[in-house]
Amino acid sequence: MTELICITCPKGCHLTVDEENGFAVTGNACPRGEAYGKNELQHPVRVVTSTVRLTGGAAPRLPVKTDKPLPKDKVFDCMALLDAVVAAAPVKVGDVLLANICGTDVNIVATKNA
Amino acid sequence: MYDITIIGCGVIGASLAYRLSRYDLRVLVLERENDVAMGTTKANSAIVHAGYDPMNGTLMAKLNVRGSEMMEGLCKDLDVHYQRSGSLVIAFSKQELLTLQEMYENGKRNGVPGLKLLSAEQTHAMEPNLADTVRGALYAPSAAIIDPWGLCIAEAETAVKNGVELRLRTAVTGIEQQAGHVLLHTSTGDVQTRFAVNCTGTHAHELAEMAGGEGWEAKPTRGEYYLLDKSSGDLVKHVIFQCPSSVGKGVLVSPTVHGNLIVGPNAADADDADDKRTTAPGLHEVQTVARRSVPTIDIRQCIRTFAGVRAITNRPDFIIEPDDVCPGLLHLAGIKSPGLSAAPAIAEYAEKLLGQMGVCYVEKPDFDGTRRVTRFKHLSGEEKAKLVAENPLYGRVICRCETITEGEIVDAIHSPIPPCSIDGVKRRAGAGMGRCQGGFCGPRVMEILARELKTDQMDILQDQDGTFLITGQTKMGGAKA
Amino acid sequence: MKYDLVVIGGGPAGLAAAHAAWEDGCKSICILERDKELGGILNQCIHNGFGLHFFKEELTGPEYAGRFIEMLRSTGVEVKTDAMVLDVTHDKQVHVVSAASGYEVLDAQSVVLAMGCRERTRGAIAIPGTRPAGVFTAGAAQRYLNIEGYMVGKRVVILGSGDIGLIMARRMTLEGAKVLACVELMPYSGGLTRNIVQCLNDFDIPLYLSHTITDIQGRDRVERVTVSQIDNKRQPIPGTEMVFDCDTVLLSVGLIPENELSRATGLEMDARTNGPVVYENMETSIPGVFACGNVVHVHDLVDFVTAESQRAGHAAAAYCAGQVAASTVIKPISAGNGVGYTVPQHIRMDAVTDAVSLFFRVRAVYRDAKIVITDETGAQIAAFAREHLAPGEMESIKLPRVLLDKVQGALTVSIEEGK
Repeated sequence: MTELICITCPKGCHLTVDEENGFAVTGNACPRGEAYGKNELQHPVRVVTSTVRLTGGAAPRLPVKTDKPLPKDKVFDCMALLDAVVAAAPVKVGDVLLANICGTDVNIVATKNA
Repeated sequence: MYDITIIGCGVIGASLAYRLSRYDLRVLVLERENDVAMGTTKANSAIVHAGYDPMNGTLMAKLNVRGSEMMEGLCKDLDVHYQRSGSLVIAFSKQELLTLQEMYENGKRNGVPGLKLLSAEQTHAMEPNLADTVRGALYAPSAAIIDPWGLCIAEAETAVKNGVELRLRTAVTGIEQQAGHVLLHTSTGDVQTRFAVNCTGTHAHELAEMAGGEGWEAKPTRGEYYLLDKSSGDLVKHVIFQCPSSVGKGVLVSPTVHGNLIVGPNAADADDADDKRTTAPGLHEVQTVARRSVPTIDIRQCIRTFAGVRAITNRPDFIIEPDDVCPGLLHLAGIKSPGLSAAPAIAEYAEKLLGQMGVCYVEKPDFDGTRRVTRFKHLSGEEKAKLVAENPLYGRVICRCETITEGEIVDAIHSPIPPCSIDGVKRRAGAGMGRCQGGFCGPRVMEILARELKTDQMDILQDQDGTFLITGQTKMGGAKA
Repeated sequence: MKYDLVVIGGGPAGLAAAHAAWEDGCKSICILERDKELGGILNQCIHNGFGLHFFKEELTGPEYAGRFIEMLRSTGVEVKTDAMVLDVTHDKQVHVVSAASGYEVLDAQSVVLAMGCRERTRGAIAIPGTRPAGVFTAGAAQRYLNIEGYMVGKRVVILGSGDIGLIMARRMTLEGAKVLACVELMPYSGGLTRNIVQCLNDFDIPLYLSHTITDIQGRDRVERVTVSQIDNKRQPIPGTEMVFDCDTVLLSVGLIPENELSRATGLEMDARTNGPVVYENMETSIPGVFACGNVVHVHDLVDFVTAESQRAGHAAAAYCAGQVAASTVIKPISAGNGVGYTVPQHIRMDAVTDAVSLFFRVRAVYRDAKIVITDETGAQIAAFAREHLAPGEMESIKLPRVLLDKVQGALTVSIEEGK
């Protein structure tokens, strides 16, 4: 049995996950909590939000995110990739700046128009 | 060869530079920091004392009363915030009422105008927020509140505008009396000057020792303060003192010219001349003592705490005299309270002494001793409209708390002594002085400084050299590895 | 220039209020934004977690703001950016200055105040020590990092566990800084639990509860800080000192409504929220002047700012349409045991249709507690069970009209502890 705090939404449900019983989750208020509890102990993932360099825009940086959660152990690899990205205005929210990062189907997308 | 070299550009050095700039002389000002007004001038009570306090017959008494007389006109000429608020020294006991009586007599002898002893009733009528325990007060209508760094900057700027040379980031490392002149070794090269003036505040004894004499003993004393938000600014209308003790004038409560309330200082031994730390016990003491005067002070309204160092020495009076070993060096030292109040008079007196030492004064025909500053928030609606129409930069408010526009910040950056730091801009234009303490406008002021000075934002400092803000850039590709 | 509605502030509150008023048929609306672009603080909040309630999906700050900016694009709402309001008079004249349009006086039939909040500073909590560079509010550091692309330090101690501080712990870590500790005065965190997990725990950053910074050292730049445990009177306990060698201190020690204009306008203020006193529809003590979002009280989630601001926008539109919410029966609401404040502070019974939502924050952490509503006679009007209550989270309850009708005099909201 492992106790976890759900991070899927700001509510922060206190979950209990039973590893012996197929990672059964209790304490969740919604199905997303159940999915989080199961995942977190087997293959934890995180959405990464950061910035990339921007040229030709009003600001020197453009905010970005992973369009899906990324395996937690790849977060710093993702940051290293972002270090070298230079976006050029015009950019629209949702534009893919880097596809299939770290050997996954996760993309880096813009979160702001510039 | 310079005629006169002023060492140190706090309010004393700047006052002298301003005074001397009207004459046909080669005057040099040396300042070790990256800006003027960096020592005690930027961290004090911001009061022009009336002059009842210093013992009759001392230089302090004479120069305080004279300085207080000169200050209003000076601030008018230089467009410096000054407000003749008047002051009250309050008494809580019979004993203290006697002290007030003595101060009243002493003040009369010093020539302080308008002094009045007030009953408890009269005192409370003037200041309803004073404690019920107040039994009377000494009222000095000539006391005032002032912007001390504003005065220093205005004087230094106007001196520079009139031909005085200012060298920043220049520390004096040695002094030698030579035949007919003084040789100064500095961090930026030697300087030959007929006369030198020591205006180095809490460091003045170091210069006297460099010259080879005994000097005096420095006893730097820290004073800690609270600065409260404008919402507390009208808690009192006058400068409120308690009866003085052996360590100083005690904790005061006063409005500031910027509309805040200042509370402090205590008197704690400083480790050295630059020891400007605050401590929990020190601040607690200030708070506790101040509440005796004004019980309703709400310390939660504090927007900044700070400490200043007073140039106290083992000699009770100001030390204004030529050096024993190096006769071309004039000391303006031991300038503790009421040093700010006396500053213009100290400069006037120093001018006279330098004359006695051999300086000839010939007035320059083109001297302009005035200065004007645009302050957007003090203009009427019509004036604001006209100003913004002429220059749209005045229509962009950068500091929200104090309503300071980009136009005013750009004016400050292109003034005769351009600031290189965010606090330098703050002391000139007022951006960042308010309740958010530069949280919102700091990054924008940095951007404007970098743009106007044609430098990188990474080089912009918070204040003195070494106070860097940015440690690097993000997302610089492989370059970082 | 005449407008039905002038909205002061173009962050999430102002955007939602303007949009709601437009939808209700208010046809001349102007948003005045002091920054260069709309969106307010959301532009620098590049992390995700916004919008779950309102858009039913997880968005970043810029995306959340972007949705509203997009929604406004198809309306006739006018926007002035880089425009600073200097004064709002009692008769709702708005004095505004901008580089583009100069100094203008706008005649507004109604006004929505949506200026947001600001951060408490080092001065506000009087941390002793020297005054070196390297002490930033978390929000200022966030702006440098996320908008300008500048790092403000390499070794960081964070004071306060408010959400911005926690978010910045993760951001600085991801960008290569070492965050040594997060130090919290209270025995519980001021931020959302999930941020403790994903911003601190994920990176093994220790959280020291019931601790504070007792000394900052360094002449020019921060060199080290001393952290001490505190007792139940919030006094440092001798012998518990820990010294951290760091070059940066980030402060996340609370937010305060930006109340300069609210005060200058002469609105009745609430000393507990530091914002204006409001009625059930977010109207302030001056008829036709409304306030919403963090300028009224500091919210935990932007979704709730949006909901509150929509109510303000609807009310402003109704006011412009001549529906003045006058009332003979006004019920004041007071904060009882365990409750820090309530918004609204007053309910005008005539204006209540089906229900009123009450928002508040609790003053301590509670487990299995009850939110209890009583009236002047002490009679319990309603009770709401809660498994978990914490000061870091804004609470809300909905009071149906039928219950309100039973209330004798003033209402009190209080917390009853569980067993």
